[in-house]
Amino acid sequence: MSAAFPTQARVAESPREAAASARLMLAELLLASEEAGECAQAVVDWLAERAGARKVLCALIDAGSGTVEHLAASGVPEDTIASVHLALEESGHPLVFALASREPVALGKGARRNGDGLRGDFLAIPLPLSEKREARQGLLLVSPARCAPDAKWAAEMLGQKIARLRAVSARLESEHKLQRERELLLNIINASPDPILLTDPEGRMIISNARADALFSARESESEGRHRAVTLNNMLFSAALSQQAIDESGAYRRELLLVSPSEGSDLLFELLSSVVQHPREGTCVVSILRNVTDLRAATEQIEENYRRLKMAEADVRAERDRLDLIIDSVADPILVTDPSGKILLMNSPAERLFTAPESDQSAEAERAVRSNDAHFSSFVSNLFLAGAGLRLRGEISLIDPATKQPLPVEAVAGKVLSEHGELTAVATILHDRTEALEKARLYEQLKAGSEQLEEKVREATAELVRRNELLQRQHLELEQASQLKSQFLANMSHEFRTPLNAILGYTSMLLQGVSGEMSPPQKSKMLRVDSNARHLLSIINDILDISRIEAGKMPVHVEEFEVPALISELLAEVEPLIQKASKLVASTDIQPGLPPAWSDRQKVKQIVLNLLTNAIKFTSEGTVKVIARSDDERRELRISVQDTGIGIAAQDHDKVFEDFRQADSSVTREYGGAGLGLAICRRLARMLDGRIDLHSEAGAGSTFTLVLPRKGKRR
Amino acid sequence: MTSATAGSTKKPLVLVVDDFADNREMYSEYLSFSGYEVIEAKNGKEAIDAAYARLPDIIIMDLSLPVMDGWEATRRLKADDRTRRIPVVALTGHALAGHSKGAREAGCDSFLAKPCLPDQLVAEIRRMLEGGKATIVKAKGAR
Repeated sequence: MSAAFPTQARVAESPREAAASARLMLAELLLASEEAGECAQAVVDWLAERAGARKVLCALIDAGSGTVEHLAASGVPEDTIASVHLALEESGHPLVFALASREPVALGKGARRNGDGLRGDFLAIPLPLSEKREARQGLLLVSPARCAPDAKWAAEMLGQKIARLRAVSARLESEHKLQRERELLLNIINASPDPILLTDPEGRMIISNARADALFSARESESEGRHRAVTLNNMLFSAALSQQAIDESGAYRRELLLVSPSEGSDLLFELLSSVVQHPREGTCVVSILRNVTDLRAATEQIEENYRRLKMAEADVRAERDRLDLIIDSVADPILVTDPSGKILLMNSPAERLFTAPESDQSAEAERAVRSNDAHFSSFVSNLFLAGAGLRLRGEISLIDPATKQPLPVEAVAGKVLSEHGELTAVATILHDRTEALEKARLYEQLKAGSEQLEEKVREATAELVRRNELLQRQHLELEQASQLKSQFLANMSHEFRTPLNAILGYTSMLLQGVSGEMSPPQKSKMLRVDSNARHLLSIINDILDISRIEAGKMPVHVEEFEVPALISELLAEVEPLIQKASKLVASTDIQPGLPPAWSDRQKVKQIVLNLLTNAIKFTSEGTVKVIARSDDERRELRISVQDTGIGIAAQDHDKVFEDFRQADSSVTREYGGAGLGLAICRRLARMLDGRIDLHSEAGAGSTFTLVLPRKGKRR
Repeated sequence: MTSATAGSTKKPLVLVVDDFADNREMYSEYLSFSGYEVIEAKNGKEAIDAAYARLPDIIIMDLSLPVMDGWEATRRLKADDRTRRIPVVALTGHALAGHSKGAREAGCDSFLAKPCLPDQLVAEIRRMLEGGKATIVKAKGAR
């Protein structure tokens, strides 16, 4: 920087003029420079070149820290420059002393201290005070001393310049700071999520943050709707503030409904505004808007939820009351325990088991309750074993505290789980098993009894089967025997007939006089032989009939025939017998228009003939009447033989139909006959699906009636 | 007691077959008494021989016979041209239903059941010889 001064520019000037010109040059230089270090260098260079200073050194001191800020030197060795330093607290230091003095101070050799390199006779000229006159701004050291006038002047100039520079720098710095603070403040305001505005009392915006701008201002380019919304918001806001103006009581809070310019929806704000008195700006209003739209909605939601909660609570209470009623009304004990086993709830039947009865505070009842508790807890604890599932069923032996009797119960415990599957409680129902066990015991008895009975029935059945087999065998044997009997009788009848044939034949021949006429007594006796032979034959025929019927060898030939004709035939056949019994009268009583019979004519004839000969046989005097009737209602044909004979006692009515029977065995001897006739008649009647009825009294005659079905089934 | 062949020179020949001598001889005597010529046989075999030898006008055949029974004998006689036309009257003490049917199947022309009085037999013979239709007289003896 030593070439800064144009040395040849004013050669022609006088020394005085030259000096003035030189000073002017420095003043111009200093004026043009805006930098303190540069100015200091210019001063040093000027002194060295124009004022004849051999050594110059300029140190500018920073007012704040008190340390050397700028150092400019000329003709001073480097090490000396390096040794220069100022410490204001060292008040004894020559430089510090010089700095504090008002006038230039000569720094003598003796003044050297602390090894500073300032040798020789330097003149220390303090620069003038700063604008604030608080401290010296620096020192100008110059040697030799004859340069003092120029140096003092230069120091004055430099001091002023530095002071000016420093003032400018300080102002700039403070403006800078202010700007930063303002920006910071705006940032802070903008960072607020709430719109913040500073307005005059009429609502005109002074300062607003971005949020507020979004509500209250719009650019030209933006939509019509947005402009309208902004206008409306401004009006609403102004109106709100003017209301406040009436009430001047400082901070002010109210709700303000605005429109969202971007969405058009309603936005509810809480307006918090306060009046600020500013000495220069006058009265301002600071407003903070807080969006409470969501808050209001949330509040309403909370209120709604609370209301629902209340209702739910009421429901739950009602439900719980009902549940309590239900649980109490159940006859089986019910207990609800928490997972730790503590009883939360029990109904009255359960209370009777798990609390000592008030009426009975005896140790025994207490023991029963404790025992029940222990058994129950033990049972419920099983539910918490791994893999126990949601339900557990088991039997517990409890004791009824009232009666002290054992009370076997069936317990069913179930876990009560919350929505999240956490175990909240255990519900247990106990069911009295006394009755069930008694029933089971009775059932077992019954089963045993039943089994015994079954065994007996089995035995009886087996016995029955055995007997049945026996019977079947016997039946078979009997049938075979019956067959044999029939065969035997058939054979016997043949064997009887053969000789009887000869007897009857020869008798007939003798009576016919084949061997010559017999005397009347001979003939009479021969007639008796004949009669007996014929009687014998009839017996044999009867036996043969029975054996044929029983052997099933008597076929039935059904045909239609007229009953009156049959009766006539019969009467004709028995005519000789009737004539023989002189006191007997025979007659008929046949219903007019009697329908024809449908049966086996031969067998009907045989039956009626038998009845008729019996009637004649047992009626020595009186009447024998044959009656024929049709019973339309029962579809029966009745042929009766009525006599006035000896009759049959009621107790003998069944006997007369038995084989080889006559009502009175003595009768047999008197009246003859094998007693097979009625037995055969009854058998024959049955073969024809009919029957023989008997009405008789001893001594009052008899009426035998053959009853036949009309148009009976074909056989 | 009427003559069997009133106005006829030749007496009809009757073959009486019965193993029971009293019956055979009783019928034989009565038939002779009634005007018939009678020959006798004791069993089926003799009956066939006699029938071939004498060719009787009518045969009274008992059915239960030794050596050869009446059914068999009748079948043989009815199978032979010489004897086919001779009427056979079956006469048996077996009054069971099967007997008359068996007799008819064997070829008997008539059936009488014992006991049969001699005059009943004569009446039947007369009827048969006069060309009367065969009848079955039920085994109902005199009552």
